Amino acid sequence: MKLHKFKQMEMNIVIDVNSGAIHVVDDIVYDVLDYYKFKNLDEIVSDFKNRYTEEQIKEAYDEIKQLEEEGLLYTYDPYKNIVLNDNGPSYIKAMCLNIAHDCNLKCKYCFASEGDYKGERKLMSPEVGKRAVDFVIENAGPRKNVEIDLFGGEPLMNFKTVKEIVEYARKREKETGKNIRFTITTNATLLNDEIMEFIDENMGNVVLSIDGRKEVNDKIRIRYDGTGTFDDILPKIKTMVEKRKDGKQYYVRGTFTRENLDFYNDVMMLADEGFKEISIEPVVLEDKHPLSLREEDLDTIFEQYDKLAEEIVNRQKQGKGFKFYHFNIDVNGGPCVYKRISGCGAGYEYVAVTPDGDIYPCHQFVGNEEFKLGNVFDGLSNYELIKTFKNGHIYNKPKCMECWARFYCSGGCQANNYSFNKDIHIPYELGCQMMKKRVECAIAIKAKLMEE
Amino acid sequence: MKHIKTINMGALKNSIAKPGCKECANSCQSACKTSCTVANLECENR
Ligand code: SF4
Ligand code: SF4
Repeated sequence: MKLHKFKQMEMNIVIDVNSGAIHVVDDIVYDVLDYYKFKNLDEIVSDFKNRYTEEQIKEAYDEIKQLEEEGLLYTYDPYKNIVLNDNGPSYIKAMCLNIAHDCNLKCKYCFASEGDYKGERKLMSPEVGKRAVDFVIENAGPRKNVEIDLFGGEPLMNFKTVKEIVEYARKREKETGKNIRFTITTNATLLNDEIMEFIDENMGNVVLSIDGRKEVNDKIRIRYDGTGTFDDILPKIKTMVEKRKDGKQYYVRGTFTRENLDFYNDVMMLADEGFKEISIEPVVLEDKHPLSLREEDLDTIFEQYDKLAEEIVNRQKQGKGFKFYHFNIDVNGGPCVYKRISGCGAGYEYVAVTPDGDIYPCHQFVGNEEFKLGNVFDGLSNYELIKTFKNGHIYNKPKCMECWARFYCSGGCQANNYSFNKDIHIPYELGCQMMKKRVECAIAIKAKLMEE
Repeated sequence: MKHIKTINMGALKNSIAKPGCKECANSCQSACKTSCTVANLECENR
């Protein structure tokens, strides 16, 4: 597929898949494009003679032709060979540390099975944490930028280890010349002054979980006694975010499920609270789970994304803009093609480490023995699997090669692909549908804002 | 052009000229953690 076209916010948008060029076109061009490659000019003129004049069609046809010649329409994929011939070594430069396989909440959709990843409840010791820091530094090779995500369960249930890891990493940074960037993901319940101060100072990014409106959040993000967390966490999240001055990153994020298919309202609630960096993401659960999203929910979900896109444009124009994670596309820049085809890098550039020091391709594979890659004390062992992940890019995913969104999506989530299809190379269909919709919205927002 | 307004000349094509230093940040699309969507990643080597 070389072109993708769609209508949104009263615009006809055409994306040239391989070059990434984006065009806003009138109805004539939009219609002519359907036949441009299959029919000659005379045939097209006669097909549309009831709708457009011959002159109009000719003009449109010539413009399309000009763009084709300029390499902005119907371009070929020039990257494939570059990428397939890239046999250079890969380095692990990002790591998710499961600081606690335990959680003080029991959110109903938790993939980690309420924090314990279907295993024993366990906290990571400072020794394992420090060894993991050494592991990633050793395996990062020439890469200077290293990322460490402090994750769980709830990492703040083990603040002691968090502190020791950060302190150790700072020391190792100086010794090795690496640049280690930390992120922490927390349910916000345990935030207090000391912890917030620490996070603000040491974390490159802090991800704070809240699902939006009180009635939505409190149905799902609950404590062991069944009570909701909204009233407790909202003020804490606000205080934390207020500290993040001078462009320091944060994300206020939630998940939507079948219970709140009207998640537009949750995004707006968070925006109205003054948050500028917001994410509300689709839950991923097997079909039979009562909270799972299903094929039949897609129309509603798409409507919500459309509404959200329009509102984001409105607010932006009024100077009250905010960012919605899944609509953030940098159409002018963005990463190079290596990144675009390989996405998350799970299993060869990115790994997750358990409290025992076991290494998995990412946090979503933790606990699935088949996917164990090694241990931070003994090093990597399952090189076959690492290779499989490294080669798990879009050129080895037949469905992605047919998909117009491939350079934005980069092949979906390996973990979701595996859990739905038992094969990382077969995309999770529902995820694809939503991804494509979000890319359309993101591009439409950009086009709309540029139009004016 | 009368019928077509090109709003973007194609960042992808240019990206091929980048060195591919692989220093850019990690990105995850899953619902449980948020770092960055691939298409919005900042290139460390502009
Ligand atoms: S995972 Fe799905 S949406 Fe993403 S590139 Fe592949 S087919 Fe397209
Ligand atoms: S496999 Fe999925 S969950 Fe894991 S890092 Fe990649 S995108 Fe994220």
